[in-house]
Amino acid sequence: MTAMEVYTLRVNGDDREVADAWLGESLLYVLRERLGLLAAKGACEQGECGSCSVLVDQHLVCSCLVLAASAVGREIVTVEGLAPVGVPSDVQRAFVDAGAVQCGFCTPGLVMAATDLLDRIPDPTDMQIREELAGNVCRCTGYGRLVAAVQQVAVARREAGEPA
Amino acid sequence: MTASVAVGARARDVVGTSPARPDGIAKVQGTFQFSSDLGGDGVLWGMTLRSPHPHARIVSIDVGPAWRIDGVAAVLTADDVPGSPTYGLISHDQPVFARDVVRYVGEPIAVVAADHPETCRRALAAIHVEYEVLDPLLDPEAAIAGTHPPIHPDGNVIRHQRILCGDPDVTGEVVVEGTYELGMQDQAFLGLEAALAIPDPGGRGVELHIATQWLHEDRAQLAACLDLPVEAVRLVLGGVGGAFGAREDISLQVHCCLLALRLGRPVRMAYSRRESFLGHVHRHPARIWMRHHATADGEIVKIEARFVLDGGAYASTSSAVLLNAITHTQGPYRCPNAVVDGWAVRTNHLPCGAMRGFGVVQACFAHESQMDRLAEACDLDPVEIRLRNAMRTGDVLITGQPMESVAPVERCIRETAALPLPDEPIGGHDHDPMRLPGGAGRTADEAHVVRGIGWGVAMKNLMYSEGFDDYSTARCRLADGQATLKFATAEVGQGFVTIAAQIARTVLGVDEVELDRIDTQIGSAGSTSASRQTWMSGGAVDAACRQVRERLFELVGAAHGIDPLRLAIDGTDVVDTAGELRVPVAEATAGVVIDETVEYHHRPTEELDELGQGRCHTAFAFVAHRAVVDVDPELGLVKVVQVATAQDVGRALNPLSVVGQIEGGIAQGLGLAVMEEIVQTDGVIRNASFTDYLLPTFLDMPPVVASLVEEPDPQAPLGAKGVGEPPCISSTPAIVAAIRDALRQVDGVGRRLDRVPVRPSDIALERQ
Repeated sequence: MTAMEVYTLRVNGDDREVADAWLGESLLYVLRERLGLLAAKGACEQGECGSCSVLVDQHLVCSCLVLAASAVGREIVTVEGLAPVGVPSDVQRAFVDAGAVQCGFCTPGLVMAATDLLDRIPDPTDMQIREELAGNVCRCTGYGRLVAAVQQVAVARREAGEPA
Repeated sequence: MTASVAVGARARDVVGTSPARPDGIAKVQGTFQFSSDLGGDGVLWGMTLRSPHPHARIVSIDVGPAWRIDGVAAVLTADDVPGSPTYGLISHDQPVFARDVVRYVGEPIAVVAADHPETCRRALAAIHVEYEVLDPLLDPEAAIAGTHPPIHPDGNVIRHQRILCGDPDVTGEVVVEGTYELGMQDQAFLGLEAALAIPDPGGRGVELHIATQWLHEDRAQLAACLDLPVEAVRLVLGGVGGAFGAREDISLQVHCCLLALRLGRPVRMAYSRRESFLGHVHRHPARIWMRHHATADGEIVKIEARFVLDGGAYASTSSAVLLNAITHTQGPYRCPNAVVDGWAVRTNHLPCGAMRGFGVVQACFAHESQMDRLAEACDLDPVEIRLRNAMRTGDVLITGQPMESVAPVERCIRETAALPLPDEPIGGHDHDPMRLPGGAGRTADEAHVVRGIGWGVAMKNLMYSEGFDDYSTARCRLADGQATLKFATAEVGQGFVTIAAQIARTVLGVDEVELDRIDTQIGSAGSTSASRQTWMSGGAVDAACRQVRERLFELVGAAHGIDPLRLAIDGTDVVDTAGELRVPVAEATAGVVIDETVEYHHRPTEELDELGQGRCHTAFAFVAHRAVVDVDPELGLVKVVQVATAQDVGRALNPLSVVGQIEGGIAQGLGLAVMEEIVQTDGVIRNASFTDYLLPTFLDMPPVVASLVEEPDPQAPLGAKGVGEPPCISSTPAIVAAIRDALRQVDGVGRRLDRVPVRPSDIALERQ
């Protein structure tokens, strides 16, 4: 490969230098192969399945469709940035407890999408959950336990937020 | 054995509870290592050159231009395979690389290794292959008729098998017949094929980290192709992102190891989605004719059937898929007489093999469509016709095999019927257009939409058949109150890792259970397929733990002067059932190491004879599905509103996991009913992407109402039947029956809808 330059991505609050990279590389490729952030997964390479979902400037995007070099100067958040290892977020915990995880390949993308959904719509209806998450394909679960996991978080947050 | 079931007040993660998956936190935090996450500094990428033609002679291959690209480290073709040039699960008929002829679009011709995937792509583009295009064999009937020259030295017929049962000439007062077709479905697991091969110094061996369903079978095929002793080929399970049958065959295993061994460097390969559609086997497309004879009361007298399965270019498991299809002709119903003719043939289509349901999906769509026709002809309700014919334990199958499994068919049907129907009217109480067929397209007018209800009931064999001894091996080590389990059982998402630990906790009274790495450093576990691992590997883990427990009881008995037979596990203690002794397992095992390895075998089975008679299957499970759909007859759009199911699970070792299998399987059944099909035109795949191959999303999948029918099977080591496949089998015909029911309400005319997936045009245009 030829013709590289150096650019910097801001990922999970850290500035990460990307050197000697081909400018045609997607954000997904750079996150995984250049920065060693392996949580985002590639499964369709055309923005259909959501496995590679990350936040760019608080917008949920498919990182397979974003050129890494075009994300310079933006705030990128991946699953690694949601919670420290071993200290899962409430969304992550609920996924495990509700049985929303089987093979787990779609899971990081769905964790990002569900986190984003609950940040925007704290108390989503069943239909809102299904519509908002319809960009993330899961082949194992049939979605029932995923819907339950999101509902579980919404209820827990509501109860935690209610005055005693 | 009841003594080991926890009786203590403290909740423990034993059998029958639903503890969290041991890999769950790693998966939600993104730290779980899938096979595609394996790499590292200096690891080269491998990529495959594939045939663009369904059938062609290779005139020449010029790899020279690829070598001239900077960064290319290796280019390999058929000449570089040191061992067996072919592989395959049942017959070794598939070349590692095509040498003289290509037989399907996507057949591998060469592989390259380079420093970057983009370099690989350029290298593949630079390889020049000259083809002489040949006439492809695309019509399975031509393969049967022998009107097309053989496209493979093994011929165009992979297997022909008949079943003749009872009186072939008997007829019924009521006769219904139909011809049914199923399109080619893709497993579409999310985690694409990927592997990392690490060569031993001097090329004396190789370690392959691979997402697979059966480590030991891969190893045997690999060793033969690599010309290495089996012991020199070590496989480690890389994290598996779903399987559903597509990882039972070799895909990139040999290629990746060949590159690593040639270069003396680690090589990784990772398929793209397009390549994945080409690189693994699919569900067999099928054409099935069935004729049911019945009494006027709807009792089945005889079934005649002819099955034609398109196996594609290579055999894979086609012969076993055919066996499953024809031996499930009757479905979960009594049938005294049968004449069945089954063919699995070779064509220049994509190769087909295992997919969840394995031949029974095809049979079930036909027999359930037939049951509805029979009901109509006999003026019976779809539920009533099924109850009248429901199989029971002790009935004899059309193969002459007695049904020895618990067979709660009637109970599955009745429990499904008792589940509540959806309380939401068409469009919902809130008249949200998202609830209508077409959803976000906002195309359907609520007033035009019609609701229908349909039924499907299925029988599914568990484990391998026809004399195959698909045993499983497990090792249990107990030391200082902690159990360590070792097995080669492929965890593909189904949750065997969860129940393995539950079993150990239950049997041994320990809470700490560690799972050793899943690899080939222990005997085979057989494949994670055929709904078999809970039974087989669960049985092996259970047996290994029991042997360890016996040794523990001997130790405790000797130390306290008690007959070991009096000892039992109660919660986390060893107790004397006839005395006062109570010792915590942790205390009893302090400083002691007990280590046992056990192979679990199911009872032997037989091959079918020429007339299709023989005890070919090991065991069976049953399930009923009731689907509710809303249909827009004008636009041909379908919205599945609810699927209700009662499934014969034997015993739910982990109820939450069982529900996960049920919901996930139904989603795949829904996909086959109304969305999913690999489309090939003149042997060329048209939709090898997730943009064009449609998978059910959150919005396509309705709520599932499930009831677990628990009648522990005395044959099953833990009473538990496999639960993975039944959900995807009769959900498909139930949904199609519901569509027919809705359309019948529109104008009173019955529709055949005898092909899945049902397309909008089938609904909207068949009406004229």
